[in-house]
Amino acid sequence: MRDFTYLRATDADAAAEALGPEASIIAGGTNLLDLMKLQIMTPERLVDITRIDGLSTIEEDGDGLRIGALVSNAALAADSRIRAGYPVLSRAILAGASGQIRNKATTGGNLLQRTRCPYFYDTAMACNKRAPGTGCAAQEGAGRMLAVFGTSEHCLAAHPSDMAVGLRVLGATVEVRAADGALRTLALDEFYTLPGDRPDIETTLAPDEIITAVVLPAPRAGSVQAYRKVRDRASYAFALVSVAAVVEMDGDRIGKVDLAFGGVGPRPWAGDDVAAALAGETPDEALFRRAAGALEPDRAPHPDAAFKLPLLRRTLVAVLREATGLAEASPGTDHAKDAA
Amino acid sequence: MQTTLTVNGEERRLDHDVRTSLLDALRDHLGLTGTKKGCDHGQCGACTILLNGKRINACLTLAAMHEGDEVTTIEGLGTPEAMSPLQSAFVTCDGYQCGFCTAGQIMSATGMLAELKEGMPSHVSPSLSEGSEMTDPEVAERMSGNLCRCSAYPFIREAIAMASEDK
Repeated sequence: MRDFTYLRATDADAAAEALGPEASIIAGGTNLLDLMKLQIMTPERLVDITRIDGLSTIEEDGDGLRIGALVSNAALAADSRIRAGYPVLSRAILAGASGQIRNKATTGGNLLQRTRCPYFYDTAMACNKRAPGTGCAAQEGAGRMLAVFGTSEHCLAAHPSDMAVGLRVLGATVEVRAADGALRTLALDEFYTLPGDRPDIETTLAPDEIITAVVLPAPRAGSVQAYRKVRDRASYAFALVSVAAVVEMDGDRIGKVDLAFGGVGPRPWAGDDVAAALAGETPDEALFRRAAGALEPDRAPHPDAAFKLPLLRRTLVAVLREATGLAEASPGTDHAKDAA
Repeated sequence: MQTTLTVNGEERRLDHDVRTSLLDALRDHLGLTGTKKGCDHGQCGACTILLNGKRINACLTLAAMHEGDEVTTIEGLGTPEAMSPLQSAFVTCDGYQCGFCTAGQIMSATGMLAELKEGMPSHVSPSLSEGSEMTDPEVAERMSGNLCRCSAYPFIREAIAMASEDK
């Protein structure tokens, strides 16, 4: 690990003052320290924000909830209000990492974790995300874990978070604080950028900004919420694909639907078009297959990752069957109640 | 730099490089070599300790970040004469072969049983609200952050089940 200076910030102002292009925030540290050991990230200054007051609680915010950036993944998944009102978020978090990691990893840090693309991790290989302008070894390399949506000729990396997929399907927003104390609230699609020709830039955060909270809208009592993750082993592995769904029924017909997909894009990938095609229809296998079939990437996927497309479609159909009552619900599919 | 933390109930003052992981601080500075370094990247769980009562990977955190915190290692869990229920169950069930992962398995299981008692659900729990039974799939899921290269998993699960019944 390269040497760095360490600063324990006691308030958000002190943290903002110490930030800059050569500095990195550290909170849970579970991803950053791994990357620093491998010298994939080499910050000159670490700003420890874990002692800043007021970032570690989950509080009511209008009809919704405000989740402090330092709330651990374990605490968020276990919170009774989240389990009742936002079960898809609990399920998404519990599908990720290990018990030890979830105890340490934070809400803000989870959003900012880096890709697990093997070429990002191998400092001997070209990677525009790690070393801008060097090229993308993944394009001609092996690519089982790569993204299929939102990629560019400069980067094929997938975002690894499960939690972020749960947040995307719930329409959560990210609260960001600048050095002068000004707050911005961003939808996840405004927070995350697509790689384009600058894969090293992953969010719209300015160097002096920190994530202070994630805000959930009002719970959707009565909706069925599901998170299904497909991976190479039963636990502690990143998603090949995942599907998050919030489905409201309107009598025998499908009402409002929200969908988001993990493991397939450089950010949690929204399934708004597919969701729109389902609204108002009677649940039916052929309908689900037709809607899922409309999922098509703009660019041809890397040959090794092309299997993700049929896998995603089939996983989506399976989730929709359970969420609309055509099949019995399995663990991962829950009925949302009023947040208790 | 200097950091003071409480390890196994005793206040310890460290003089260390800023880069020192909590794991290296425990092993190399305090001589508490019961906690093992396997992968050093959070994948194997051999370095699992309790930080303020919660299980974490000691390799993925900096000693500098833990001023005033409370750490429990395998040395603080019991002694050969007075073992913790999990330590005792691992001996009874032969929950190891080479033993390298054992301290991490026991520390992780200690934290895991406390999580279960608090009603924390897991990925395989049928319900998010009704608590979880101590089934083999639950134990396997909740212990997936601990690898055993000898693959003593059946006996590890047995030991954890035995210790949980004792409580």
